[in-house]
Amino acid sequence: MRNALKKVLLVCAVVLLAAAHAPNVYAQARIDITRGRVEPMPIAIPLFPGNTEELKQMGKDVSEVIAKDLERSGLFRPIDQKAFLQDLTSLDVQPRFADWRTLAAQALVQGSVDMQPNGQIRIAFRLWDVFGGQQMEGKGYGTDSGNWRRVAHMIADLIYSTITGESGYFDTRVVYIAESGPAINRVKRLAIMDQDGANHRYLTDGSALVLTPRFSPSGPEITYLSYFRNVPRVYMFNIDTGRQEVLGDFPGLQYAPRFSPDGNAVAFAASLNGNSDVYTMDLRSRKMVRLTDNPAIDTSPSFSPKGDQITFASDRGGAQQIYVMNADGSNQQRISFGAGKARYGTPVWSPRGDLIAFTRYGTDGNFYIGVMKPDGSGERTLAQGFLVEGPTWSPNGRVLMYDAQAPNGGKVRLFSIDLSGYNQREILTPQDASDPAWSPLSP
Amino acid sequence: MKLRFLSVIAVAVLLAACAKKPVETAATAVSAPPPAAAPAPPRGPAPDSLEYFNTVVGNMVNFAYDKYDLDAAAQTKLRGQAAWLKQYPARTLTVEGHCDERGTREYNLGLGDRRANAVRTFLIAEGVPTARIKTISYGKERPICVSSDETCYGRNRRGTSVVQ
Repeated sequence: MRNALKKVLLVCAVVLLAAAHAPNVYAQARIDITRGRVEPMPIAIPLFPGNTEELKQMGKDVSEVIAKDLERSGLFRPIDQKAFLQDLTSLDVQPRFADWRTLAAQALVQGSVDMQPNGQIRIAFRLWDVFGGQQMEGKGYGTDSGNWRRVAHMIADLIYSTITGESGYFDTRVVYIAESGPAINRVKRLAIMDQDGANHRYLTDGSALVLTPRFSPSGPEITYLSYFRNVPRVYMFNIDTGRQEVLGDFPGLQYAPRFSPDGNAVAFAASLNGNSDVYTMDLRSRKMVRLTDNPAIDTSPSFSPKGDQITFASDRGGAQQIYVMNADGSNQQRISFGAGKARYGTPVWSPRGDLIAFTRYGTDGNFYIGVMKPDGSGERTLAQGFLVEGPTWSPNGRVLMYDAQAPNGGKVRLFSIDLSGYNQREILTPQDASDPAWSPLSP
Repeated sequence: MKLRFLSVIAVAVLLAACAKKPVETAATAVSAPPPAAAPAPPRGPAPDSLEYFNTVVGNMVNFAYDKYDLDAAAQTKLRGQAAWLKQYPARTLTVEGHCDERGTREYNLGLGDRRANAVRTFLIAEGVPTARIKTISYGKERPICVSSDETCYGRNRRGTSVVQ
């Protein structure tokens, strides 16, 4: 279904006006997100006008979703619509840039929602650099009216990428574990939602304990651990069809699965007789390869984005630390060397390749989310709490999501935080939530 | 504490004595009444019952933080479990490995697996046939105690022998 939508969008997407001017013309409406904490850019996002009540409502909803996406990124500050001096009644009305400049708006999003003769709607927008008075981007999307929300996320992504120079992450989903019931008999269900919490639904019924879901980078699939019939096994779950399939039924524990970057293999940990090692399995041939052979607990493998290396956790040095090896298991090197009794787990390679995110604990009673370079240098702490763990990367490698558990069996919730260490946000979920996994940008 | 320790030994000795009776007859008599000669306590569960195993023999051993080795108390209890299992050879066992919450979910799954296998290996060394013992790790997913303090953590770091 998403593929079909993609085709529709591709066919109908038209660049409204080529950005005929050199990029330095609108040099002011730029954000350099590599600089750490940045002052959010004031941006004006008026309602997208429509010529029927239904289209007006949709236009209002679309502009709201765009504004909320951009605001949550911490990089933009949508200006209160009540302050606007000009009513942009259609996409062809020329903005009076002097009016928008008095609001200190640096960027302006002008939009429209129309009904087309074929019954589809068309949502279009122009992104203006207010100070330069130039259009930076413009695009229209024809689609079924039910897809308006997704189009709004795609527009937010295009605005984000035009202004920051980085790809966006708003047209994405998050799969996670919804938790309910008492801590000593927790019910855990696989659940999925858009990154902003919309379109929430449960994928499993809670009859089997499920843990650690991860998205495929290449299709509508999730791999996760399920205790179906009280046997912990790695499963694949197709989100579109609901079809579930066990990765392989061999004796012992299999856990901690994660897809390879091309989606054709899964790396995981397996224990035959109480000795956990890292393996990969090719999803087509079902051929299993053992990558580590060590009496320690080797677990939590995560591929580099090129697929040539794997980071994993092991307690072979006495306490759990992070290691990096080649994808064939050769050249295993320890990269984490924290002070004291620091333990490091759940290493996750950034989609950009430049960093590995991790959970650290064992020193002062707190848990930390941090990042380090793949050679172990440049370690930084981003978030801390009584029990925070399990970071997952936004597909552009700029934001991390993780879960945080309160003491004494208290609430478990999802949070996101920028790589800068700023802009921490709670991700609202209907129930307690853990083990988040961010999808790639939707195809 | 010491008293409980001694009583566990006493039970183990009694069980070991029982185990000298011909095993062949016991194999076909799962639900048969306990041997009349057994000096069972005046009240309490029948020696062949799950309740007896869980409460008198003891179905749980505990571990130190991030460890899976069996201390003397755990070994004594497991000898009791092995003796009981040899006495009732139709019984099978699943050893559950559990952890406290002070670790990542995935590492704790591996640690729980090691703990369960430490118990299994010990029971096999004590003469329980390999085929009768399965293991499962629950990591930190099934605590029996939810306070975030060491007393509770110590209880949650456990290997539980679930007899079928």
